[in-house]
Amino acid sequence: MDNERFFERLKERNVSRRDFMKFCGMLAATMGLSSSFVPKIAEALASPGKPPVVWLHFAECTGCSEGFLRSMYPWADELILDILSVDYHETIMAAAGDQAEEILEDIVKKHKGKFICVVEGAIPTKQGGVFGMGGGKTFLETADHVCKKALATIAIGTCSCYGGVQAAAPNPTGAKGVGDAIGIKTVNIPGCPPNPINFVGTIVNYLLMGKLPKTDKLGRPLFAYGKTVHDQCPRRSHFEAGEFAPSFDSKEAGKGWCLYDLGCKGPETYNNCPLVKFNDGTSWPVEAGHPCIGCSEPGFWDSMSPFYESL
Amino acid sequence: MSQRIVIDPITRIEGHLRIEVEVANGKVKNAWSSGTLFRGLETILQGRDPRDAWLFTQRTCGVCTYVHGLSSVRCVEDAIKLKVPRNARLIRNLLMGAQFLHDHIVHFYHLHALDWVDIVSALKADLKKTAALADSVGNAPRSGVNDFKTVQEKVKKLVESGQLGPFANAYWGHTAYKLPPEANLMAVSHYLDALRLQAKSARMHSIFGAKNPHLQSLSVGGVTCARDLSPDRIAEFLYLLKETKAFVDNVYIPDLLAIASFYKDWGSIGGTTNFLAWGEFPQSGKEPGSLMFPRGVIFKRDLQGIKMADPGKVTEHIKHSWYEGDLSRDPSKGETRPKYDKLDPDNKYTWLKAPRYEKEPMEVGPLSRVLVAYAKGDKATKKIVDDTLKTLNIPVTALFSTLGRTAARALETKIIGDAMEGWVMQLVENLKKGDDKIYRGFKMPRTGMGVGLNDVPRGALGHWIDIKDKKIGNYQLVVPSTWNLGPRCEQNKLGPVEEALIGTPIADPKKPLEILRTVHSFDPCIACAVHVIDPNTNETYKFTVV
Repeated sequence: MDNERFFERLKERNVSRRDFMKFCGMLAATMGLSSSFVPKIAEALASPGKPPVVWLHFAECTGCSEGFLRSMYPWADELILDILSVDYHETIMAAAGDQAEEILEDIVKKHKGKFICVVEGAIPTKQGGVFGMGGGKTFLETADHVCKKALATIAIGTCSCYGGVQAAAPNPTGAKGVGDAIGIKTVNIPGCPPNPINFVGTIVNYLLMGKLPKTDKLGRPLFAYGKTVHDQCPRRSHFEAGEFAPSFDSKEAGKGWCLYDLGCKGPETYNNCPLVKFNDGTSWPVEAGHPCIGCSEPGFWDSMSPFYESL
Repeated sequence: MSQRIVIDPITRIEGHLRIEVEVANGKVKNAWSSGTLFRGLETILQGRDPRDAWLFTQRTCGVCTYVHGLSSVRCVEDAIKLKVPRNARLIRNLLMGAQFLHDHIVHFYHLHALDWVDIVSALKADLKKTAALADSVGNAPRSGVNDFKTVQEKVKKLVESGQLGPFANAYWGHTAYKLPPEANLMAVSHYLDALRLQAKSARMHSIFGAKNPHLQSLSVGGVTCARDLSPDRIAEFLYLLKETKAFVDNVYIPDLLAIASFYKDWGSIGGTTNFLAWGEFPQSGKEPGSLMFPRGVIFKRDLQGIKMADPGKVTEHIKHSWYEGDLSRDPSKGETRPKYDKLDPDNKYTWLKAPRYEKEPMEVGPLSRVLVAYAKGDKATKKIVDDTLKTLNIPVTALFSTLGRTAARALETKIIGDAMEGWVMQLVENLKKGDDKIYRGFKMPRTGMGVGLNDVPRGALGHWIDIKDKKIGNYQLVVPSTWNLGPRCEQNKLGPVEEALIGTPIADPKKPLEILRTVHSFDPCIACAVHVIDPNTNETYKFTVV
């Protein structure tokens, strides 16, 4: 049974079956699935069939790739090599130049309609897209060529979803999200960068159900972006009690009171940060005493700023 | 007969980089470095609240996350004449130190190693010999015969399945790969270990910085993580630091020495001429005097002639960049406008500008920092550099090379890791005495100018701000990869990576592995490197650098 082989592999890496099942449980909770799905999630992650993945980088900072590499259950090497086959990813791939280009062309031809395309970064559209080129082609050309032949395109990070930081006013390069730039429907995993668990959850959904998760009208999976940060915030009771921190060095800030007056955008931001937290559940912005900046909302760089003024 | 080779995309870097070289008689005769993405962040910053700048600038790069945030709060604090509390300085140093540790480990194993390590050759490795080799070079965990068997089988399965993932279609089997199969297998094993270790190391950022990448606990005035200064959080940080340091001491440094010993010829390939460091890690409120990595500039490899570096001597040139005009400018005076025509190596070929110091190109980064500290007689640096040269049996001059650059990165990782424990203890002492201040309030002045100088994993970084009517009037970044990967200047002097590539041997022009070695040794970050000031107006700004 392949499942057994998978657990052996985990064991070799000092990951116990219990740890792994715990992760699957957490993922099920994140995805809003009942506990009966836990074994199925484990099975999906342990499945030997590896869908080929093309990961494209456009106008971006590679923070979303870095976030992806921070995944701990499953580890990044399992995601890249065992669960998926990440065949094209410029940050990590060994091949360069012509040899890299060959790989991309090969996947697009051989796995047409079958590969998953992940897009990181926005697409500059002004002046025909000259502000972003790779391999001698504009990002606009590459996206049009590759994404439209994919089984599905997952936009990872606010840049590829909605344009992100380079699209902030006055948007000097005419940067747009990939769906908008080339006219396709994408599953959007926004955040700057997003929690890798929301990306993994989306992939698991696909491996498990054979389809991508249900989304809101902004293309965001409901399991992760269905509720506001405010509604899930552990400091919510302070908000209700009218207990607000007046400054970062106040006693009230030290007591963990609500950061609304210091500019928190949690009430208008849909994301699961308070629930799953970042880096294996270590922390998230409000826990570190900093207001939410609304980074999973379209246009947040303009609509949510100034960041230190209250809503 | 000469021949042109283009590598586009250069992979295993941050961002979009194209390298073109001319090869004659088996060696690189000429080189052109092109950054092919323009985002315009400085333009976007204009008119915004100066307190918000760091959140924007941190998004310059997610690989070197945090560093542009720190430069930014420093430049605003300089403009408003605010000194942060010492706990804030310590936490900022700890977060910066954690960034160095994380970034350099990832660079060595995941961005650079495959230039020296042939994964496919690892299939031929004898397992017992591999275990013996691992035992002789270091003290790495998971170094038994069975551990290497697992890794070898994993590689074998990948190769046999035909789904090699990120390892497909590379230059495996190239004659320039010199490691025996056993060393290759050991390195592949540590590649995988490092991939897991880095996820753990990044948690150091999360403890005092909310998350990684893109931390969220800085603020102009200090840091916000008041509730994370608890014993359990500090203990968790120390534990992760200890685990990361153990990896540096027992795996990274030994691997570097083991691999370098097979590539000593690279101690005379890929060198440059001039070196600049702004310095980093303030040990008190006094800068640059208290910087652990000192500030300095070295011309023509003359270590004895080291001078203090002055940010006022920096100019930026655009003769070969896709901007209007061909003027050279003080970085604080901006009137360039982006104007793409076509990529033409004889004319304009990049979005990067060419920064120069006293009109000279400057290499920045680990090698510059180590050389500056070495030239200034810093004890910790001198000892570790001399020991390494002795172990490898190579002369000091071998530092001016691709090998020297890659080695310097590992050596400074150790120096920083060792210093971090002391900073944690200082923080603990302060807290014990009841000093838990991490933030100082302020009023934004109507006008002000400030500079934030850092030395970050990839090198010397500067942010400049001009505050007008309490808003950002102008904002400017001069970043490491612009120094290193920028094009020719007004005088047509080559940029550092272009210079470093000259003379590189190329065994097979269809598989230019050797070029990747030198380019990767600079750890390019192109998203950081491409910047322009104020393309929409012709206003000129003058920053007063204090």
